[in-house]
Amino acid sequence: MIGYIIRRLVMAVIVTLGIAAITFLMLHYLSPSPVYDVLGAKAQPLAVKSWNKLNGYDRPEILQFFSYLGNLLQLNFGYSYKLSQSVTALFKENAGRSAYLSGAALLLSLVIAIPLGIAQAVKRNSIGDYTVTALNFTLYSMPSFFLGLILIQFLALDWHVFPPVVSDSVTTTWQAFTHPLQLTLPIVTLALINVASFSRYMRSSALDSLAQDYIRLARAKGLGERAVLSRHLLRNACLPMITLVGLSIPTLLAGNLLIEVLFNYPGLGLLFYNALTNLDYNVLLAYTVLGGFLTVLGNLIADIAITVSDPRVRLA
Amino acid sequence: MPEPFEPLIEGLGGLVGASPRGPEGGEVQVIASGWRLAVREFMDNKLAVVGVCVIVFFIVFCFIGPLVYHTNQSLFNPLITDQAPGGSHLLGTDDHGFDELGRIMAGGQTALEIGFFASAIATVIGTLWGAIAGLVGGILDGVMMRFVDILLSIPFLFVVLVLATKFSATVLDESMIIGLFSWLVPSRLVRGEVLTLRTRDFVSAARVMGAGKRRIVLRHLIPNALSVVIVNITFQVADAILVLAYLGFLGFGLQYPTASWGDMLGNAQVYVSEGYWWLVYPVGACLVAVVLAANLIGDALRDAFDVRLRRR
Repeated sequence: MIGYIIRRLVMAVIVTLGIAAITFLMLHYLSPSPVYDVLGAKAQPLAVKSWNKLNGYDRPEILQFFSYLGNLLQLNFGYSYKLSQSVTALFKENAGRSAYLSGAALLLSLVIAIPLGIAQAVKRNSIGDYTVTALNFTLYSMPSFFLGLILIQFLALDWHVFPPVVSDSVTTTWQAFTHPLQLTLPIVTLALINVASFSRYMRSSALDSLAQDYIRLARAKGLGERAVLSRHLLRNACLPMITLVGLSIPTLLAGNLLIEVLFNYPGLGLLFYNALTNLDYNVLLAYTVLGGFLTVLGNLIADIAITVSDPRVRLA
Repeated sequence: MPEPFEPLIEGLGGLVGASPRGPEGGEVQVIASGWRLAVREFMDNKLAVVGVCVIVFFIVFCFIGPLVYHTNQSLFNPLITDQAPGGSHLLGTDDHGFDELGRIMAGGQTALEIGFFASAIATVIGTLWGAIAGLVGGILDGVMMRFVDILLSIPFLFVVLVLATKFSATVLDESMIIGLFSWLVPSRLVRGEVLTLRTRDFVSAARVMGAGKRRIVLRHLIPNALSVVIVNITFQVADAILVLAYLGFLGFGLQYPTASWGDMLGNAQVYVSEGYWWLVYPVGACLVAVVLAANLIGDALRDAFDVRLRRR
């Protein structure tokens, strides 16, 4: 197993380097030098040249790539000339709120999807199962912002339960945490989108587990349905969820972007959106690279976790 | 068509179980029966038939509808903005004075065009990439697949959005951007399929019978790998339409005055709070219906092909 983990780590490093290379190429292609952001759009050619020379933007691309890579290794994601702040500082400022939103949404979606999937599998082909499947399919096909709009319409504007957008007074992660009413709609929207795919997998995984001999044995030795489901089925049926959660990071990042824009919640997604409108390429590419790293990390953790928790995978 | 009795070795089906009226070169017939079986299985799935009907309805509605229901979709008309449904505007008008129903039709055209075009690009690149990697194997396969791993790790929506800041968004550009970044999954599927098919008995049998490389690729590998590709195309269409909606919602959709469903929902928050329901829910419903229909068809196709494999 150690050998497998080492091989997996080496692969992750290669993929990470590749991600850095591709984002560097994109950055280089879209904005070769931030000089016009610093000196203004009408800068003199001579001033542009000397600024580029001073800051190393006249070196060969490969050297620029290595210094970019060196910076990334030190978690230096560049400088936002539009916001006059280092991108790392911007990330630090916003990461907590985004992590809270995604974390809470992920947790909520698991809390809903796991029991729902098991219940669907136990009562398979019943009216309830069909209804939930139909609902899941619809949710799965729905853009997250449209689901958010529907929730805003009913829960915020018609029934006044929650505010339609997150209030400007929520500025820190702690405030986001202590004002659950403000964050309910964004978290629920993001969670429901995940529930749609999670519970489908959970249902089929629970169906597979239900057909296994150990469930028949548990029933045969006289265990009650509750004990069979909670002690024997749950743990086995949840195994595929480990992989699924690890793979859900890109979905969460994309979801964060749309939900933060929709609810005006200040996190990394909103930072990215503002950078899109300002053409702040250093922020854009830094967040893309960060998303890539998180994806690799998620896959890696999922792969290792599944090897540790499932002996069948270890043998294979 | 009656099933020939189970052949012991796939690919020899033509020799073992050929019906007297079957053509020469029996394996062709077996493939056809498999396909026909899949079609029958697909048609038995009611949801899939509903999905096909929905897609056909939207094609007719969006492309033929404007010929019947004439509207002005290019000139701003400040006199009739935000009118409620009724009168000559069946679904009201939007904040530019465009007829909403006509705009839904126009937006549906671009959604369907981009959906199909982007998925065609992705499928062609993905199939070629995966097939080459799987057939050649060795170091080239490793390099090609690591490249896919790398691109697959970079969040797709972010890359598309970053690129959208640079390109003027026409239907063609948008399809290219979406298509050029969504061939990764099909390439993996095709490679996996080619790798397993290569070692299957019916391919070995064909080789033993003296079939050349060309015949094996054209007659055995491609028709069998095609099912995976076809299933994937439908999901690609659904995903492309969703991504297009995201781009439009975030303000990086198609260039004005070209309509797209995402763009129409860009101001949806304002519409919702102003109570202009007709500018939000009809478009949203169309969007969900088309994506849902494509997903249903994809799911049913997957089941249909799966059943075919299981029965063998």
